[in-house]
Amino acid sequence: MTTVAAEPTAPPAAPRTTGRGRLVLTRLLSARGAVAGAVLVLLLFALAFGGPYLTPWDYATPDFGALHQPPSAEHWFGTNGIGQDVFAQTVRGLQKSLVIGLLVALFSTVLASLVGACAGYFGGWTDRALMFLVDLLLVFPSFLIITIVSPRLKSTGWIAFVLLLALFNWMITARVVRSMTISLREREFVRAARFMGVRPLRIITRHILPNVASFLIIDATIAVGGAVMSETALSYFGFGVKAPDVSLGTLLAAGTSEAPVFPWLFYFAAGLLVLFVLAVNLIGDGLRDALDPTAGGPRRRRSARRKKP
Amino acid sequence: MTTTVETPLLAVRDLRVDFAGPHGPVPAVRGVDLTVRRGETLGIVGESGSGKSVTALSVLGLLPHTASLHGSVRLDGRELVGLPGKELAAIRGHRVAMVFQDPLSAFTPVYRIGDQIAEAVRIHQPVDKAAARRRAAELLDLVGIPAPERALDSFPHEFSGGMRQRAMIAMAIANDPDILLADEPTTALDVTIQAQVLDVLRTAQRETGAALVLVSHDLGVIAGMADRVAVMYAGRVVETAGVDELFAAPRHPYTLGLIGAVPRLDGRGGPLVPIPGAPAPMADLPTGCPFAARCPLAEDRCSAAEPELAGDEGHLAACVRSAELAERRPAPAEVFPVPELPAAVGSAAGSGDRGSVAGSGDRGSRAPVLAVSGLGKTFPLLKGTVFKRKVGEVYAVDGVDLDLREGETLGLVGESGSGKSTTLFELLNLAAPETGRIELLGHDAAALSRAEAHRLRAELQIVFQDPMASLDPRMPIGDIVAEPLRAQHAAREEIARRVPELLRQVGLDPDHAARYPHQFSGGQRQRVSIARALAVRPKLLVLDEPVSALDVSIQAGVLNLLQALKAELGLSYLFVSHDLSVIRHLADRVSVMYLGRTVEQGEVSAVFDRPRHPYTRALLSAVPLPDPAAERARDRILLAGDPPSPTERHTGCPFRTRCPVYAGLADPAARTRCEQERPALVGDTPAQDHQAACHYPES
Ligand SMILES: Nc1ncnc2c1ncn2[C@@H]1O[C@H](COP(=O)(O)OP(=O)(O)O)[C@@H](O)[C@H]1O
Ligand code: SF4
Ligand code: SF4
Ligand SMILES: [Mg+2]
Repeated sequence: MTTVAAEPTAPPAAPRTTGRGRLVLTRLLSARGAVAGAVLVLLLFALAFGGPYLTPWDYATPDFGALHQPPSAEHWFGTNGIGQDVFAQTVRGLQKSLVIGLLVALFSTVLASLVGACAGYFGGWTDRALMFLVDLLLVFPSFLIITIVSPRLKSTGWIAFVLLLALFNWMITARVVRSMTISLREREFVRAARFMGVRPLRIITRHILPNVASFLIIDATIAVGGAVMSETALSYFGFGVKAPDVSLGTLLAAGTSEAPVFPWLFYFAAGLLVLFVLAVNLIGDGLRDALDPTAGGPRRRRSARRKKP
Repeated sequence: MTTTVETPLLAVRDLRVDFAGPHGPVPAVRGVDLTVRRGETLGIVGESGSGKSVTALSVLGLLPHTASLHGSVRLDGRELVGLPGKELAAIRGHRVAMVFQDPLSAFTPVYRIGDQIAEAVRIHQPVDKAAARRRAAELLDLVGIPAPERALDSFPHEFSGGMRQRAMIAMAIANDPDILLADEPTTALDVTIQAQVLDVLRTAQRETGAALVLVSHDLGVIAGMADRVAVMYAGRVVETAGVDELFAAPRHPYTLGLIGAVPRLDGRGGPLVPIPGAPAPMADLPTGCPFAARCPLAEDRCSAAEPELAGDEGHLAACVRSAELAERRPAPAEVFPVPELPAAVGSAAGSGDRGSVAGSGDRGSRAPVLAVSGLGKTFPLLKGTVFKRKVGEVYAVDGVDLDLREGETLGLVGESGSGKSTTLFELLNLAAPETGRIELLGHDAAALSRAEAHRLRAELQIVFQDPMASLDPRMPIGDIVAEPLRAQHAAREEIARRVPELLRQVGLDPDHAARYPHQFSGGQRQRVSIARALAVRPKLLVLDEPVSALDVSIQAGVLNLLQALKAELGLSYLFVSHDLSVIRHLADRVSVMYLGRTVEQGEVSAVFDRPRHPYTRALLSAVPLPDPAAERARDRILLAGDPPSPTERHTGCPFRTRCPVYAGLADPAARTRCEQERPALVGDTPAQDHQAACHYPES
């Protein structure tokens, strides 16, 4: 069985790796929307973390000489009822919300896809155990638990809060991923991989997850906005981000009632949130198209058919 | 021009159909002329996508809204194109009736078969319910459905595929139509069932005197059924003639190629004649002859203008060189380039001639690659939706014996449901089977450790039937081919070197490694699948119906490739197929399965030329030959009914319910033997490689 190796075949050098990772990246980079989204997110981060250095005002310290002032050269985004600078507050809030939104979406999607895919792929006992866990978490009143637990986690700070939010946000997704996996498991390409001796976890990461990627991405982009909003709800009840610290959520909650009279308290925060969600959606769409080879890519279409079989 | 007095029953003139596409209209049919006379059978052949179905649907005005239709369809001189929907509906089912490939789509699942047929009767005839029901029972009887009165009350899903197809024919002939249109009526069926259904179609035609338009991609079916044939390519009729004339002296290179591409049951060896390239892309057709890109006879003038369908009375062809072909009458291999098959390098296959490899006495001295004996596998039969109870067992595999030596091809044949795929999956599981023994390359599958099993995976690879389903749509083919190498932890450089090499080996361009499966045609995808299977240099390749999803002209290329690879790499193949012609063409030995058991096995020419088991004989006689004269001269053994359900374990011979030999046994003692004693797989003489599991085999 050495006939092939003996053939004077191709130059063995130059291993051109044109694997999937690189192809997807190329496609992603040539998708204008995705690049625009990514740039937008980067700009938002720059604003959130660079913003505090641009203004002499601190987000917490009030300027008692300027209550409810509209935007001016002094206070770029105006001030609120107790004289705090809205610009300083907004960029501070943006820091929190960007991190919370992205991390919660990331954690919950990763968790959901792993649990869902494992349950669906392995079936049987694994499936029952994991789905029991999912159902359990679904029936638990998540807000209640967060309320009970979060005071104890005060010292660990926002990361614990992110994990908590993620923990209560993945179950439905996991259920959908599970049922998609069950139908994928019987598909021939998965079977083929199994017969070739590919290990189960590798099958999940290389075959199952890419094939449910469209759903996961849409779900994750929705989760970003959702996380920002549920953080708001929690903060509203006094958990999560606590005064004097702020997030976009708390700013919006505080500014909503005053929006008709003092629009600057509401619209700057709202505008940034909308921009953020929009940017994430652009990235998500780009990623989805990049992962789906049948979505009209930037180049190469059809011409393969001309080749002799 | 001609002085025909009689108006043809159906005259299609210059039919053109375009479908709305994303980049403007895409033609599907581009100027088709067809004439059907009373009582005759017109066969339409061509590769998939050539416009056969669209043509048939146009006649009935059943095209979707995205289609635009031009031209004329006259039934008895009456123009159908442009007729209001209501009048068309009155013609449909009454004067023109249709039999579809998938009978499930023609029946509403929630109504009983009898009610649906009775309704079809009542739409066009003023009869009362009871009369319509009686007529429905008569019709079911006519198409050979047993116990028609009872069948009336069945739901469509309770029927097997063959029964549904018969019921649909019954419904189609309910109103004595003048024309029956049958679009691939037997494509989804097994050969023995196909033979039954074709027989029913003949009966139906005889009873009603209807003309039949039979659409098929299978030249054998066409040869056996049609009076005249139209060959379609790229939305046009490229050749039309009487059936004998067409097969004996084709005048279009495409027809010639099709005839050469079909593997044949009678006679063997030699490479098939593949038609190079892939079907013309309908979205951007070249100017001139659409076949030019694949035609070895193409000349400059071919691409100047599309050739008209021309010729003498009764034999027309759309080719500038048809006169030359008519005169010279070349064989397909004289026109199309046929690849040279390398001589076998199998260690002990001394002579290199495949025929003698298996037949020669040294077979026993070659290393066994696969030895299976008494393999059995049952699945629990579950009932209930919430609480699943086991109510019985499905005996999917119940006594399979296989024996495959190095460098051989073992063909595994059987109808759907006979347990072929279950057998394969049992082999590929590399674990102890439920019953029986599997020995792979000298290892007992039951005694493998995990590490050994993983190593053995590299020696044993599989190619699936549907290349689209077996390739991950989200992976570039380079990664797909590399996957088994990665699974065996090959080094990166090794992978980078092997992938282009493999792609080249199966006839693909290594530069296409970054493309995704959907960017390839069916034949190319199957080549990717084969490349993947070869990546880890296996010894045994398991091929599960590898060509049955492909068009014949493409299939020929893949079969040639498989033969070449086997010779070059010294592989052994376990080749599963329901197509006996393909097995005959490719295999050294064959094993026939029925209802989970091996009923006959042996050297391929022995089994095909002198079949001993009545089932094998029936199977062989049911395979249509692409040769009208031979097809008419054959006696056919039609098997009654469908295979019985595998949920019962039959005492005695499982083939008894359909066995013509058993039915003809006069001696009650002899019959009892079939009923009670399970026949063993034995040979006539021990020296001969040919065994059958029958108490009364043909010798
Ligand atoms: N509903 C439809 N919409 C768009 N295109 C269609 C539709 N049905 C058929 N076609 C196209 O028409 C062409 C001919 O198809 P068809 O008549 O089904 O071929 P055949 O029956 O010979 O396999 C193909 O290119 C096919 O893609
Ligand atoms: S017209 Fe030319 S290209 Fe077309 S089939 Fe005839 S010889 Fe071939
Ligand atoms: S054993 Fe009897 S029933 Fe079975 S195939 Fe032979 S003759 Fe027919
Ligand atoms: Mg069709």
